[in-house]
Amino acid sequence: MSVIQVNNISKHFGNLKAVDGLSFEVQAGQVFGFLGQNGSGKSTTIRMLLSLIHPTSGNIEIFGHSIQSNRNKVLEEIGAIIERPDLYPYLSAKEHLQLFAKLRSKKITSSAIEDTLVKVGLNDRSKDKVQTFSLGMKQRLGIGIALLHNPSLIILDEPTNGLDPQGISDIRNLIQHLAKEEGKTVLVSSHILSEIEQMASHILILHKGKKLADGPIQTLLDPNKMIVHIKTTQDEQALQVILSGSFSNYLLKRTEGIYLSIPHFEIPLLNQFLVNAGVGLISVESRNSLEDYFLQLTSNSN
Amino acid sequence: MKEIISFELYKIFRRPRTYIAFGAIAALIIVIQFGLKVDGESYASFLMKDINDTLTVDGNVLNGYLICYILLQLLLVHVPLLVALIAADMISGEANLGTLRLLFSTPFTRTQWVLGKFIAASVYTIVLLIWLAFLALFVSMWVFGTDDLFLMKSNYVVLIQQNDVLWRYVGAFVFASFSLLTVTSLGFLMSSIANNSIGPIVGTMSAIVFFTILSTLNIPLFSIIKPYLFTTHMNNWKEFFDIQVNDNNEAITGSILNVAKIKTSLIVLGTHIVLFVATAMYITKKKDILS
Repeated sequence: MSVIQVNNISKHFGNLKAVDGLSFEVQAGQVFGFLGQNGSGKSTTIRMLLSLIHPTSGNIEIFGHSIQSNRNKVLEEIGAIIERPDLYPYLSAKEHLQLFAKLRSKKITSSAIEDTLVKVGLNDRSKDKVQTFSLGMKQRLGIGIALLHNPSLIILDEPTNGLDPQGISDIRNLIQHLAKEEGKTVLVSSHILSEIEQMASHILILHKGKKLADGPIQTLLDPNKMIVHIKTTQDEQALQVILSGSFSNYLLKRTEGIYLSIPHFEIPLLNQFLVNAGVGLISVESRNSLEDYFLQLTSNSN
Repeated sequence: MKEIISFELYKIFRRPRTYIAFGAIAALIIVIQFGLKVDGESYASFLMKDINDTLTVDGNVLNGYLICYILLQLLLVHVPLLVALIAADMISGEANLGTLRLLFSTPFTRTQWVLGKFIAASVYTIVLLIWLAFLALFVSMWVFGTDDLFLMKSNYVVLIQQNDVLWRYVGAFVFASFSLLTVTSLGFLMSSIANNSIGPIVGTMSAIVFFTILSTLNIPLFSIIKPYLFTTHMNNWKEFFDIQVNDNNEAITGSILNVAKIKTSLIVLGTHIVLFVATAMYITKKKDILS
């Protein structure tokens, strides 16, 4: 079942096309990773999903209802944090949850509020004012507010911002728990690609407002194709050798070493080719990660 | 809607800034009451120096009713500035804090949010006015006692019997609530335009000062627009203390000299409130929440 259906949406701020003809679909139960560099249009898209920004064109359907015409009904089933965990500094964590509980049509009991505080690890600081909280604690409280009313769809924009390694791990586990154990649909954006790789089942890569790729992460990361990072004693010489031979088509980029996208069975041939050409090799490292895939796509696009 | 109102009221009354206005009003009133209690006779003599030769006034002239009238004359000009502190921060303060996107992604329309916030700001304004009324009227009555209200107007005096005074103050405070709600709605409109707190607060105060100057200037060009300016009508609570007289020039108990003027002022102020709030709603509904 499709939870989010985005059809050809665009958002223009004057001459700037922040989002340009974007379409995608998120199915129920997916952890959908939203990737893109700063300014790629991730937050603008998320704000359009939450009806904070009006699209210039296109339409968005969530749970089969248009967000433009059924806003309140749709938002009742969404929990979200957007960019920073901005909260009221003069209120405590518990007061925040109590206040936001009143804004939901579902009855949220005191024990549900206590459970949420435990879930985000703030039960010991529930009566402290938010102005005494670290960024990570505010982030956790923001997630608590998003989860408080037990929504079917959770939208998290950079949820691990400001968290320490343990906090990042906790949030990752929480997101996976929400999807696998509770059947929630999670749309999560992050600039930490390894995080998305560990928690998302599907990804969408956005670049300069346009979609570069989307689909199941396992399909996108072709196991037969590797990213090879070559470090040499003389990069310029190595580059000339590569460009003059049959490996030139695999060249990705040439900053901080040389990167090639190459079928895994050709890696030994490349190695041999460079050695025979007298290139002083320091290392030939092959990887197949989301980060490499992301860099490959965005550098090609640039 | 009631969820939004209670949400907003809770926040207003948990903020330290809210109590600045209550403290400022209390401090001003207590200082003035103290001064009049200590040296009130000199003040009363000074007020009545022009009529002492032609009129003999007995009794407690400097009573609680007169003190309240003096206090209202002084304070109702400045209280709008205190109201602006809260009202002009209602939307822009949230935008500045970043919480506006949290609110606007809840299952309520922006129109509901703006209306709920305005009602909450109005409740704050009314509570502030009740606080002012309690200190200025009831504390003054307790400290200075009661008697007939003797008022010196520009070219005549008004004497209102003490049993005819209290309802006039009720009317004056209801009128004052309209004046202050106009300021609240103006602050609200300013708040919907900006994304920071200071701009709308200063903007509201500047607008009040600007239009007050236009309202008081006796230049024919401005006389055309004067009747339509809210600042022209804000101080017409005083009309409740102008009384009709019979053929023998005796005051008619329970009468008001110019009821039509009060009605006109209430209509002008009410129209401003509706226009300001409707415009704030339109602006908020149309804008993208980027901050």
